[in-house]
Amino acid sequence: MSAAFRISGAGRLSQAKTASFSFDDKSYSGIEGDTLASALLANGVHLVGRSFKYHRPRGFLSAGAEEPNALVQVVRDDARKTPNVRATVQELYDGLTANSQNRWPSLAFDVGAVNDIASPLFSAGFYYKTFMWPKWAWKDLYEPKIRAAAGLGVSPEKPDPDHYASRYTHCEVLVLGGGAAGIAAALAAAETGVRVILADEQAEFGGSLRFESGAKIDGQDGYAWAQGAIARLKAMDNVRVLSRTTAFGYYAQNFVGLVERVSDHLRSPGRELARERLWQIRANRVVIATGAIERHMVFANNDRPGVMLASAARTYLNHYGVAVGRNVGVYTANDSAYAAAIDLKKAGVNVAAIVDLRDNPSGPVIDEARALGIEINFGRAVVSAGGKLRVSSMTVQPKNGGGERTIPVDAILMSAGWTPSVHLFSQSRGKVAFNDETRRFVPGTYAQDCVSVGACNGTDGLDATIDEAYAAGAKAAKEAGGKVGKGAKPKVDAGESWSRGMLGAGPGAGPGTTVKAFVDFQNDVTAKDIRQAVHEGMHSIEHVKRFTTNGMATDQGKTSNMHGLAIAAEELGKPIPQVGLTTFRAPYTPVTFGSIVGHARGALFDPTRRTATHGWAASQGAVFEDVGHWKRAWYFPKAGEDMHKAVDRECVTVRKVGGLFDASTLGKIEVVGPDAAKFMELLYTNPWEKLEAGRCRYGIMLREDGFIYDDGVVGRLAPDRFHVTTTTGGAPRVMNHMEDYLQTEFPHLNVWLTSITEQWAVIAVQGPKSRDIIAPLVEGIDMSDEGMPHMSVREGRICGVPTRLFRMSFTGERGFEVNVPADYGEAVWEALWAEGQKHGATAYGTEAMHVLRAEKGYIIVGQDTDGTVTPNDAGLDWAVGKKKTDFVGIRGLTRSDLVAKGRKQLVGLKTKDPKVVLEEGAQIVADPKQPIPMKMIGHVTSSYWSENCGRSIALALVAGGRNRMGETLYVPMPNGTIEVEVIGMVFVDEKGERLNG
Amino acid sequence: MLLIRCPYCEEERPELEFRNAGEAHIARSTNIAGESDDDFEKFFFIRANPKGVIYERWRHIHGCARFFNAVRDTVTDKFIMTYKAGEPKPAKLPGAAK
Ligand SMILES: [Zn+2]
Repeated sequence: MSAAFRISGAGRLSQAKTASFSFDDKSYSGIEGDTLASALLANGVHLVGRSFKYHRPRGFLSAGAEEPNALVQVVRDDARKTPNVRATVQELYDGLTANSQNRWPSLAFDVGAVNDIASPLFSAGFYYKTFMWPKWAWKDLYEPKIRAAAGLGVSPEKPDPDHYASRYTHCEVLVLGGGAAGIAAALAAAETGVRVILADEQAEFGGSLRFESGAKIDGQDGYAWAQGAIARLKAMDNVRVLSRTTAFGYYAQNFVGLVERVSDHLRSPGRELARERLWQIRANRVVIATGAIERHMVFANNDRPGVMLASAARTYLNHYGVAVGRNVGVYTANDSAYAAAIDLKKAGVNVAAIVDLRDNPSGPVIDEARALGIEINFGRAVVSAGGKLRVSSMTVQPKNGGGERTIPVDAILMSAGWTPSVHLFSQSRGKVAFNDETRRFVPGTYAQDCVSVGACNGTDGLDATIDEAYAAGAKAAKEAGGKVGKGAKPKVDAGESWSRGMLGAGPGAGPGTTVKAFVDFQNDVTAKDIRQAVHEGMHSIEHVKRFTTNGMATDQGKTSNMHGLAIAAEELGKPIPQVGLTTFRAPYTPVTFGSIVGHARGALFDPTRRTATHGWAASQGAVFEDVGHWKRAWYFPKAGEDMHKAVDRECVTVRKVGGLFDASTLGKIEVVGPDAAKFMELLYTNPWEKLEAGRCRYGIMLREDGFIYDDGVVGRLAPDRFHVTTTTGGAPRVMNHMEDYLQTEFPHLNVWLTSITEQWAVIAVQGPKSRDIIAPLVEGIDMSDEGMPHMSVREGRICGVPTRLFRMSFTGERGFEVNVPADYGEAVWEALWAEGQKHGATAYGTEAMHVLRAEKGYIIVGQDTDGTVTPNDAGLDWAVGKKKTDFVGIRGLTRSDLVAKGRKQLVGLKTKDPKVVLEEGAQIVADPKQPIPMKMIGHVTSSYWSENCGRSIALALVAGGRNRMGETLYVPMPNGTIEVEVIGMVFVDEKGERLNG
Repeated sequence: MLLIRCPYCEEERPELEFRNAGEAHIARSTNIAGESDDDFEKFFFIRANPKGVIYERWRHIHGCARFFNAVRDTVTDKFIMTYKAGEPKPAKLPGAAK
């Protein structure tokens, strides 16, 4: 059964292919190839939404991407509920389910419509003015109410189950827009053999040929010619044709972002299809053929359902075979609406009257309309639309005032003229120019290698458009290296040509009126609001835009910008170009986050780095923590242990027996070359020239400003070879810092830097039994205290594989760090673990590592320092070579502030109550009784429970800290003030005897 | 996304491969330890931050890893030219008026 408003014999869809769908729980029937909009209109449904601010009933304004009103929610399942879908763009599929938005309890009776009656409260700038007082009420009262009332659509409750694809590609010529102009340009470029990509946002190519019944090209109907041309282009190897693909952003150097809607139009997309595909295309030349968008007329109640653009009504008829009414009125300021009236009249729809604002226009379409017997009224205006949920009449008045006449209609088709779509051109940073004669902005000065053709360039008429586009396509291809093409330019036999029209408010909505004549439908901005903004002092169009929100909705003012600008200009008494056009920003139409994010979500959001022993640690039940991109074993709980019990046991066992710790994540850089020692002298504060091969030193790296940048143990493997370690998080930036100096400040030094972090797995074996655990597996290294003293490095073999064996300690115990090629890391770990088991050693994680080093007062750069700490502040002055004449940071260290008295210094803190563990980051004061705000003299940088000490321990940065030994300070906390005593930084084995224990 | 010509690789590569490294032609003194407060301030803290042509350092960090110099217009973001580290500030820019 055919729907009531489907006209047999009209349109291009096959009536045989029906598709059922539902809107607001009511079932309808449509045809494959319909949009949701055309299918609803075929069933006589115009009311599809409520407006954003006033909750006014709304219908379809357009038949395309510029639609501001007909936003619906398309629901597939709980996880797939897409809000704000333009019904004019959504293709129909069998089973489609859609709901209206922004209404409660129902679309026809919406409580929020009270905002329409109370509209004086919601005038321009209402957010800024109405809710400013009292201050507390914004947060507690107004904002929650506004947030609940505002916003269109609802979010899905579940994560998005779809996947989104992403492609990068290159071409010589990228053509944006697949109407007559774009197709002609693509044909010309493709014939030269260069790579061409043609993209259009619609499901089918043709652009305005979809409705221009008067177009004839190469002897064919215009739309049929377009389909033939696309088939030819698709058959060419050098051409990629992308339909349903919107160019949303034009970026630097001809880099264009496009989104292809891959499966939103399918009934059951299937998991193998992406929902959308992001294309990022770099083109040598871009041809912009984005057409023009028809403007509405600005008059009272011009938003009633059934009031729509003339070209939209024509599209619904000529492409979809749908009449938008049975008795339509036409209100126009240019010729193009006549064509709509003629087409509808010929299809059997009654045209009640054409109301033309112009005084005495003439031309073939006017003659033809008259010949068809349509009533035409020149010099008159529609001053108001009647009806509420659907337009029921139009009130006509001579444009300079006079008697009114009301004509019953069920639709009003309007045209104020056409606005060139300069969005992408503007995004390319091109400057538009205002043409005083045609009163429109067209591309002026180009900033990139692109060209605009056809309607978006202000070129009127099909013949001129094809001429211009074909020549531009050929030229772009030639500039990009193409050969001379041998194709023939399409020949235009007949075409339509529209220009002129009007900008701004029509009669009855001019200065002094208070009617609701909408400029921006989606944001509910009226002509009066724009004028009010000017009266209240907004003299720049950017201010008017923000004050009224004109053009700031998701349609980005495609239909409203020029009207808003003209009204503001009139009110300011300035010519339009002096008031200026607001900036066009990407995206051209809304883009889903899914398409931008693509595959980069969940586990693929960010890389995960795992050490060689990750699998072993996981099998032992380790709990992991994230350190940068790394997963590090945090602690190894045994059955029944919580984190504290596990960490306490690990810490005690390391000092009593021994422990194994994966230190592979530490950054490692090999510094090699004849000038390696000279380079190290410049990059670190310490002296290096005299360090013997086979020995290690704790090094400190500064920035030029004198603050600590990184630290780590450095082993000298040979006179020309250093094995440098860095902090885990600092590895990349330390490498960058070294390369920077080597390449740009010290290029005379003969040195190579190589990151070896990933090449070596590092197993720290610490504790009194550490040597006993390692020794049985080592070959070729004398491990006696004489043969291998503390802070030495040896090369040999362990478990038969090469090792760089460091004797060093980050626990204060006798300790080693076993470096082995990363591929052997797990095997060597397991061998060491087996040896350790014989002694009762433990595996320990990063938490125990932190506690053990804090017990010794060893700092962690980035935790105990914050980029404002000098070596002296950290108690590390001993590591700065006093006789050195240069190193990075040497001058910074002598800055007056860095040598001033009273700087914050690292000290140890002991809570008076040993059971109390301070909070890291807690502030420290000298007098807890002082009035708020108190003077802060420092903060806690590290704080732990130490089972080895039987009490809490902490490190802190405190002003003049080293002169406060024994002083009592205070840490004010929400639950009371904590008393602490300032002590030295070493809590265990102050003499360092355990290093050889 | 910008295309940047690496003067070492001698080709244009996408911006993602590069990292900005601040203003160019600010040499570290060979006698930095003896530098006055004023000179050190100029060297370490003061930057031109111009509207228009800027001389800056970039690193082809995800490519050849070399630091190089670039001339860029901060208004249009356009790269006017790039050249190797250590080369002098170009006396004349391509496309500049005579
Ligand atoms: Zn390079």
